[in-house]
Amino acid sequence: MTNPLCDYTLRLADTCVILGQRLSEWCGHGPILEEDIALSNIALDLIGQARMLYAHAAEVEGQGRDEDQLAFLRDCPDFKNILMVEQPNGDFAKTIARQFLFSAFMHPYWAALMTSQDETLAAIAAKAEKEAAYHVRHCAEWVIRLGDGTEESHKRMRNALDELWDYTGELFEKDALEAGLIERGIAVDPETIRTDWDDTVDAVLTRATLDRPSDRYMQTGGREGLHSEHLGHILSEMQFLQRAYPGGTW
Amino acid sequence: MVRERYAGDDMEDRAFRAAATVCDPEIPVLTIVDLGVLRSISVSEEGRVEATITPTYSGCPAMALIAFEVETALLKAGFPEVEVKTALAPAWTTDWMTEEGKDKLRAYGIAPPVGKAGRGALFGHDTVTCPRCSSTDTERISEFGSTACKAFYRCRSCAEPFDYFKCI
Repeated sequence: MTNPLCDYTLRLADTCVILGQRLSEWCGHGPILEEDIALSNIALDLIGQARMLYAHAAEVEGQGRDEDQLAFLRDCPDFKNILMVEQPNGDFAKTIARQFLFSAFMHPYWAALMTSQDETLAAIAAKAEKEAAYHVRHCAEWVIRLGDGTEESHKRMRNALDELWDYTGELFEKDALEAGLIERGIAVDPETIRTDWDDTVDAVLTRATLDRPSDRYMQTGGREGLHSEHLGHILSEMQFLQRAYPGGTW
Repeated sequence: MVRERYAGDDMEDRAFRAAATVCDPEIPVLTIVDLGVLRSISVSEEGRVEATITPTYSGCPAMALIAFEVETALLKAGFPEVEVKTALAPAWTTDWMTEEGKDKLRAYGIAPPVGKAGRGALFGHDTVTCPRCSSTDTERISEFGSTACKAFYRCRSCAEPFDYFKCI
């Protein structure tokens, strides 16, 4: 028995928690102190959003699981995050490019979800929208600084965008489950925010003197639990404590 | 904060005053009332207190401690049964910060939020006043400061770096 609202909420939660976990790898390794703090703060926002979403999914599911069990005791095929967020951090340019492409999508997405017929999703979205506004601004400034910077920084940002572009198609996908929820006014139709995303990406890349990569074959599969090889490694680290010491608390 | 008033309000005033002693653990000069984190408090006829708090940011790590301290403060004030609830809606905004709270922040060396929360433009900055020398010739160093709710600035006049409480 699947519950579409629970599954949809889990997709969002998984996407937020995996990117939060990925970004937190920068903690203590940022290129400058301010950026170390900024990336850790963005990670914290994402993990906070994930917690609220997992708690909601657990309640909707009604099987007695809680946010921790959903985050720490499910395996790769159960995770339904988009593939972009599980990609390795790479260099600073790649991390920033990923965060920019993602936040430029999530900011209007959360704004649209604020009118969801599901009250809790709408409440979570209202908080997340404010946070995403800062994420997109912060990353946009870095995309510009690196793109319109030195020959080396321009090259790195261009390569980062090229590598990540394959994962942008998945942002706008929707399957039957989402279509059903869109019909009921619960989920966001990603098509409705495409123009918003295009405008943000184009405006920033133009200022950054970078060319927008051309659309091509897009990687996909997250919604079905088909992941790149990277997810298992993230989970092995993120879930280690609960796997090795089941029920451990502190 | 929203007060639910009814006859026999003394108990609620007492509960409110007790809960209002709790400070933000990361900005200890501000109480949770100054911040607008304490949303409502009600006392049943049996003396059971229900306090509602709201998180500033989704991932604010101070929430668990604030909930614990509210509970402790109310128990210490003699209320036998206390429940602290978390409300997500309406989403917290810096507009709820009291004027007194903003003055305390400034005195503490943190620039208070400027103006009303609005939709931040992709480009462009707020004009932030230096909490030390009151110059408006300041520059933003980073959108993120020592906590999620703050940005990092520097004053070009007195050269002091300082935190700015972001407007959300």
